Amino acid sequence: MGMSQTMSAPTAGSSLAPKPTMTLDEALVEAHRCLMCWDAPCIKACPTDIDVPQFIKRIANGDLVGSARTILDANILGASCARVCPTEMLCAGACVLNDLHERPIDIGRLQAFATDDVVFGDVEIFSKAEPTGNTVAVVGAGPAGLSCAAELAKLGHEVVVYDANEKPGGLNTYGVASYKMDIPTSLAEVEFIKGLGVEIRSGVSVGSDVTIESLISDHDAVFLGVGLGGVPALDLEGEDLPGVADALDFIADVRAGSVDLSGETVAVIGGGNTAIDAVTQASMLGADRVYLVYRRGPEQMGSYAHDVERARQNGVEFVHWVSPVRLEGVDAVDGLVVERTVLSDDGKLSTVPETESRIEATVVLRATGQAKRTSFFSGIDGVAIDAGGRVVVDDSFRTDNPSIWAGGDCVNGGKEVVNAVQHGKLAGRDIDEKLRAVAAMT
Amino acid sequence: MADLSVNICGIESPNPFWLASAPPTNTGDQIARAFDAGWGGAVWKTLGVPVENTYSRYSSVDINGSKMMGLNNIELITDRSLEVNLIEIEDVKRRYPDNAVIVSLMVESNPEAWDSIIKQVEQAGADGIELNFGCPHGMSERGMGAAVGQVPEYTCDITIWAKESATVPVFVKLTPNITDIRVAARAAKRGGADAVSLINTINSITGVDLDSFTPRPVVGNQSSHGGYCGPAVKPIALNMVASIAADPDTADLPISGIGGIETWQDVAEYILLGSTTIQVCTAVMHYGYRIVEGMHEGLSNYLDSKGMASVNELRGRSVDRVTSWENLDINYIVKAEIDQEKCIGCGLCYIACEDGAHQAIGAKATKDGKTEVWIKTDDCVGCNLCSLVCPVAGCISMVEQDVGQTSMSWVEYSSDEPPGELIPRPKHGVTTRG
Repeated sequence: MGMSQTMSAPTAGSSLAPKPTMTLDEALVEAHRCLMCWDAPCIKACPTDIDVPQFIKRIANGDLVGSARTILDANILGASCARVCPTEMLCAGACVLNDLHERPIDIGRLQAFATDDVVFGDVEIFSKAEPTGNTVAVVGAGPAGLSCAAELAKLGHEVVVYDANEKPGGLNTYGVASYKMDIPTSLAEVEFIKGLGVEIRSGVSVGSDVTIESLISDHDAVFLGVGLGGVPALDLEGEDLPGVADALDFIADVRAGSVDLSGETVAVIGGGNTAIDAVTQASMLGADRVYLVYRRGPEQMGSYAHDVERARQNGVEFVHWVSPVRLEGVDAVDGLVVERTVLSDDGKLSTVPETESRIEATVVLRATGQAKRTSFFSGIDGVAIDAGGRVVVDDSFRTDNPSIWAGGDCVNGGKEVVNAVQHGKLAGRDIDEKLRAVAAMT
Repeated sequence: MADLSVNICGIESPNPFWLASAPPTNTGDQIARAFDAGWGGAVWKTLGVPVENTYSRYSSVDINGSKMMGLNNIELITDRSLEVNLIEIEDVKRRYPDNAVIVSLMVESNPEAWDSIIKQVEQAGADGIELNFGCPHGMSERGMGAAVGQVPEYTCDITIWAKESATVPVFVKLTPNITDIRVAARAAKRGGADAVSLINTINSITGVDLDSFTPRPVVGNQSSHGGYCGPAVKPIALNMVASIAADPDTADLPISGIGGIETWQDVAEYILLGSTTIQVCTAVMHYGYRIVEGMHEGLSNYLDSKGMASVNELRGRSVDRVTSWENLDINYIVKAEIDQEKCIGCGLCYIACEDGAHQAIGAKATKDGKTEVWIKTDDCVGCNLCSLVCPVAGCISMVEQDVGQTSMSWVEYSSDEPPGELIPRPKHGVTTRG
C-alpha cells in the first residue's frame, strides 16, 4: 500500500473498549438532574416500557436493588440494552431536557449503573416461581429468545434454548460494535439468565441436528427467535476474491479480537447500521483509509445520525450515489469499481452509463442487508411468511401453528435488540397464559 | 456605588456583612483573614469557661444532590483559654480598627461572672458584646445558653446585669426554640439590650444512619440533638426577624439577622424585613470567606438599580407588607397562564395540580410522547403551585385578573357592612369533571 501511517484515520474516540460505567458520584449527579416527568416521554420511547423516571429516582434515593428490579422486570436484557440501544433515538432522544437547551439525561449509562450489580454481580432479585410442570423450547439464544426464556423461567416453566452458534447471545455476542459492548459482557448476561433456571444447548442447529417436529412433540410450546441470516452475495464479478467478505462476519471477527487492518484500505458497501458499525470499527482498527460506499444520499441512510457522526470523527470517507459494478484483483481484491446512480423524478434509482470509477480497496465488506431465513420457515407447518420474508404473527406473537410463537428480527425484519427483547417478553407472557389456561381445563 | 456602611446601636461597620459567632470566628487569625476578604464585622466565637468537645460534631441534610441545605452541630462554646482569646481580640482590633468586633459571651448565671468577663473583653477592645442566650445543646444542660433564652425573666435579668457592667453596646442573641419570638425580644429590651441577634440554631436531629441505627452526628453508638442552621432555616428566621421588627414594643430595637444567608439576595431580604446587619456562618463553613465578594457586588448593584444611595434606605421597607391573614385582600385574583412556546411537556404542573392541589390543569399526550397541558381557568384558584414546580423559567405566570372587583379583607367581609361583593371561588368536587 502506498499510504503512510501518518495518513491514517484520526484517533478521536478510536478505542474499541466500551465506555466505562459510571461511578456512584457520577450516577447521583445525573440521577438528580431527572425532572421525573409525569407520563414521561422516555417511557413511551422505550420499546420495552421501562419506567425510566422511577428507576432513576431509585438510584437517587440509594435503592439500587429497586432500581434494577424496575428495569429488569420490563427488560431482562437491561444491562446490554443500556449499552447497545440507540438511546439518542429512543429514551434520551425523547427527554424533555432536550427542549430546555440542556443535555438530556444519560439514561443508558444510568441503566448500566443500576443493573450491573444484579446482572454481573451476586445480587439476587428474582425468586423462583412454583414449577408449572410445563416445558418450552426456545430456538435461538439471541435477545428475543433469551428474553422469552427468562420470562418463562421466572413464571415457573422449564425452558430449553437451542442455539446453532458456539456461544450464546446472538447478535449481542457476535454482531454489535465492540465499542458498544464486548463479548464477556454479553456472555455474563447470558449466565445471569441461565441463573433464572434457563438451560441453553449451544451448537445445536434446529432443522439439521434436531427437527422442529421433535421440539413440538417434546415441549408444550415453541418460541422461534432465530433472527436473520448472513449478508447475501451481490453476484458481482470478482466477489469470490480473497478480501471480500460479509460485514457481519467481519464484525464477529473483530469481536473475537482477530483483526488487524493496518496498511489496508477498506470499502464497505451499504448505508445501514451494520455498514456504519463496520466502517467505524475498521477505522478504529488502524485501516489507512475507510470508505462507506452507498448507492443513495446521506438522507436515505438507514443508520443513526449519531453513529454517522462517530464514523466521521473516526475519519471515514462517505461515497454517495454510486453502485458497485465489479471487484478487481489478481490474488486478492485490490479495487472496487462503481458507477454513478441517479434518482429519477418518479423515485426510481438507476445507474448512469459511462460513469465507472475505481476505489482502491484491499478489503471490501458487504453490508447490504441480512438475508431472511425463508427456507427454514417454509418447512414448518402453519408458520407463514409475508412478502418481505418476515414471519407472520398476531399481537400475542402467535403463528398459525398453535404450538409456535415467534419474535425478534425474524418477525420485524431486523430492528434493535430492545425490540427483540419486547417480542420475547410478550410472547413469553402469552405462552404462560395459554399453558395455564390449558392446565386449568384439564 | 451605593454606600454599604451601617451603624448599629452606635457601632460603625463598613458594611452589613458580619460573621456569626461560630467556628469561622474561632481565632484571631481566622477573623483577620475574613476582614481581608471583605467582611465588615465578626462576632467572636463565644467565650466563657473553655469546654471539651466531642470529636464528631457536625451533620447535615442534603436535598436532591445539593449538599448541606441544612447543617447541624453539637459543638460547644470556645475550647480555647480566655487569655489567648483576649490577646487575639486586642491584636485584631489594633490591625482592623474600622471593622466591627463583637464578642459573644456565655458564663454561669451570676452577676460577678458576667461582670468579670465583660470588663476583660472591653479592655481588649471589643466594640460590643453579644449575650449567647441561644445555644441549644450542652451549655443549656449546664443552665446557660437556651436555658436562659427560653425564660423571659432570666433573659431580662441577665441583660440587666450585663448592661450594668458594660460600657459598649449589648446584643442579646435569641433562641428560636420558643413559641413566640416577640416575648423573648421584649424581655431583652426590658433588660436594656441595645440590639438583638437572631436566630440561633434550631433543635434538630438531621437523620439516622440506617445501618447502625444511630442518629447523626454519630458519636460512638449514640448521638444528641444539635442546633440546625443553613439555607433550610432561612424562612423561619425571616419570619422571626419580621415579627420583632413589626412588633410595636420592639420596632425600634436594632436587629442583626441570622439564618441561612448565602447570597446578596438573602442579605437584601433580611434588611428589607428590618435587619441592620446580618451574620453568616454555614455558607462560610461550606465555601469559605470568599463568598462575601459576591455580597458586596450584588447588594451594591441592586441598590444602584433601585436608585438608593445607601443600604440604610432599604432597611425595613418590607416590614409593613407583612400583616395578619385577616387583613389580606380576598378579592385579589390571580390565575395561572402557560406560555406554550416555552413549555417542554414534562407534565409536572399537571400532576402537581391534579394530585396535590385543585384539579385545574388539563393534560393529554402529544404525538412525540410529551404532555400537552392547559389551564382550566374557571377551576384555577391561583394557588401558585404549578408555577412553583415548573422547571422552565417564565413558562407559567400567575396573572392578576381585574373583573372590576372591590378589594376586601376577611375582617371587612365579616363585618356588618362589607364594602363589596365576594368574588366567587371555583368549587371542586361538586361538578362532573370534563
